[in-house]
Amino acid sequence: MSNFVLVNSGHNRDDEASKFGMWLFLFTELLLFGGLFLVYTIYRYLNSETFLYSSYELNVLLGTVNTIVLLTSSLTVALSITALQKGNIRLSLWLITATILFALTFLVIKYFEWSAKFEHGLFPGMDHYIQMLPGEKMFFFLYFFMTGLHGLHVIIGGVLLGYIMWEIKKKKVTPDNNIFLENGGLYWHLVDIIWIFLFPLFYLIH
Amino acid sequence: MSVALTQPVNFYQANKGLFSWIFSTDHKRIGLLYFYAIISFFLVAMMLGFLMRLELISPGETIMGAKTYNQIFTLHGVIMIFLFLIPSVPAFFGNFFLPIMIGTDDVAFPKVNLLSWWLYVLGGIFALLTLVVGNGPADTGWTFYAPYSVKTGTNVTLAVLAAFILGFSSILTGLNFIVTIHRLRAPKMGWFKMPLFAWALYATAWIQLLATPIIGITLLMIVAERVFGLGLFDPALGGDPILYQHLFWIYSHPAVYIMVLPAMGLISEMIPTFAKRTIFGYKAIAFSSLAIAFIGYFVWGHHMFTSGMSGPARVIFSVLTFLVAVPSAIKVFNWVATLYKGSIDVKTPLLFSLAFIFQFLVGGLTGLVIGALATDIHLHDTYFVVGHFHYVMFGGAGFAFFGALHYWFPKIWGKMYHEKTAKVAFTFMFIGFNLLYFPMLVLGIMGMPRRYYDYLEEFTTLNVISTVGSWILITGIILMIINLIQSKRTGGETTRNPWGGTTLEWQTPSPPPLHNFDAVPVVPEGNPYDHKQNKSI
Repeated sequence: MSNFVLVNSGHNRDDEASKFGMWLFLFTELLLFGGLFLVYTIYRYLNSETFLYSSYELNVLLGTVNTIVLLTSSLTVALSITALQKGNIRLSLWLITATILFALTFLVIKYFEWSAKFEHGLFPGMDHYIQMLPGEKMFFFLYFFMTGLHGLHVIIGGVLLGYIMWEIKKKKVTPDNNIFLENGGLYWHLVDIIWIFLFPLFYLIH
Repeated sequence: MSVALTQPVNFYQANKGLFSWIFSTDHKRIGLLYFYAIISFFLVAMMLGFLMRLELISPGETIMGAKTYNQIFTLHGVIMIFLFLIPSVPAFFGNFFLPIMIGTDDVAFPKVNLLSWWLYVLGGIFALLTLVVGNGPADTGWTFYAPYSVKTGTNVTLAVLAAFILGFSSILTGLNFIVTIHRLRAPKMGWFKMPLFAWALYATAWIQLLATPIIGITLLMIVAERVFGLGLFDPALGGDPILYQHLFWIYSHPAVYIMVLPAMGLISEMIPTFAKRTIFGYKAIAFSSLAIAFIGYFVWGHHMFTSGMSGPARVIFSVLTFLVAVPSAIKVFNWVATLYKGSIDVKTPLLFSLAFIFQFLVGGLTGLVIGALATDIHLHDTYFVVGHFHYVMFGGAGFAFFGALHYWFPKIWGKMYHEKTAKVAFTFMFIGFNLLYFPMLVLGIMGMPRRYYDYLEEFTTLNVISTVGSWILITGIILMIINLIQSKRTGGETTRNPWGGTTLEWQTPSPPPLHNFDAVPVVPEGNPYDHKQNKSI
């Protein structure tokens, strides 16, 4: 009697529920960045000129390269899911490795970009920063805050994908039970889509 | 109850030891873990409120100075809001009863559920740490308004981080409930066969999920401001303090619906059970929950009528505020209509529900007074506002919480509470509550500002009445808690369904077995509150 278990148990495997939960979590992430986008919009409106010439400080070439890197990584992660679903575990692992390498490339480029800003004293609290106009300060604060938070998500996404690789090797994530990789892929696409908005807002808009 | 079954091992007996609790993924145990933490925080914040009322028993400095008073009301607010009201109903009753009421054995993500409890504990520790480290607890009020929150030397950073972590915990609870309701309902339970408590939790969960991230990022901005000091919200440095207020209320107004909506769900459970009558307007109540959650997103500006906002914006926010009163009123009418011609059984949970309806009415209608543009100019930041939200939050959500604690006491602990003592405790609480908060409404209209440790001579009489009310209320609460603890040890035996309820939790033994049911639960045909049908089972 004590072992009675219902058919609709919460402990059953339910891929549909896992994916649904992941999507809901992604909504919260979008809203988290949404608050920052709102702040950006208001201060861009209030300081449109200072925001414009502050944006000339940023390196459009490096930004473009990073955009391409991240977009390609979304492709490789999507391919890795399909490869796993079709049973090609080796290919899937290679494609995840490629995704992680792209993530590292992105971070390395970001590191050089940030270092250049540090050298110019543009980080909040540095010599040059303190003398800037309020609008410029806003711009660089938001730049560091938003790309920093995004970078944190890149790191989390990369670590997550690395963990999923380990799970695949341990046969816990398999062609028949691939929802973990699919959710990891969804998360990676989120990282990608946020960058797609950050890039024009900071580097391109005139 | 057609089949008599042998009593199976209940979930308390299934596992033993401390670790079987704090690392449990069983929704019932997690619910109880939440309960013990929540009630402890409630008692701490209640004592802070007691001290504030004691300070206000006479004009001038009575037991503490202005700064201490500011810190105490801030900590009272932070604990009551983030550690008691927001998690109270969803995280305790929701966790414990949602899976049982929809006929399943756990939430969709049991491990995430455990994680959210641990985050809650971590956030609670952060909030309490503000007491002992640095310059003492924050003195900004629970709203952390910039630029003061950026400049004060008190522990704002820690308090803000506490709120951030608690927000994350609340998001995970909401996420879990949405997926649970979508995926795990019993095979024959359609959406409109769900108990109304589940509907209320569903609407609440969407608010938790979609509003909380905004406060998360806003609070992170406050932390960044304090660390780097660049004036994001400081007008002297080009920032906009009004923007902070907008961001704060975009979350914090919907958050009041996180606090009160699930409480309304509890009332919708208790009233039909004790009126022995099918609930009036089931679909209207279900949809009004969704309507409150939806409209509730668009009314945040009414906290800022005096902060500087354009005329049209104020009118729009005011109209929307009046609009959100409509679904709330629909619920009240439906509860009253359910009682009409019912065979009313006056038990303690019903008394709490009736007190809820009365106090929620006072709180709701005074809310309209401050939601109207002209009257708000006079009443903004007065004691009237404090009276108003305590009527909704404590008189509403708090009373519903304590009512449900009696209602489900036999189900959770398997013993019946002592009815007479419970009624005495309720009487103390009801009288004390109204003595405590009604004078605040009058004082506010007379012009006494909120958040002052001092006041003019002419306000003395009403303040004394209010302070005496706080003593009566606390006496009632302590009596209630002692009664419940006593009842847990010495209370009478109970059955599966002591009240004659119709929802699924009454089909399982009290307390429930590990997997909630000992047989497939029978989902009632048609309305889940059909009391005619119940007689045959």
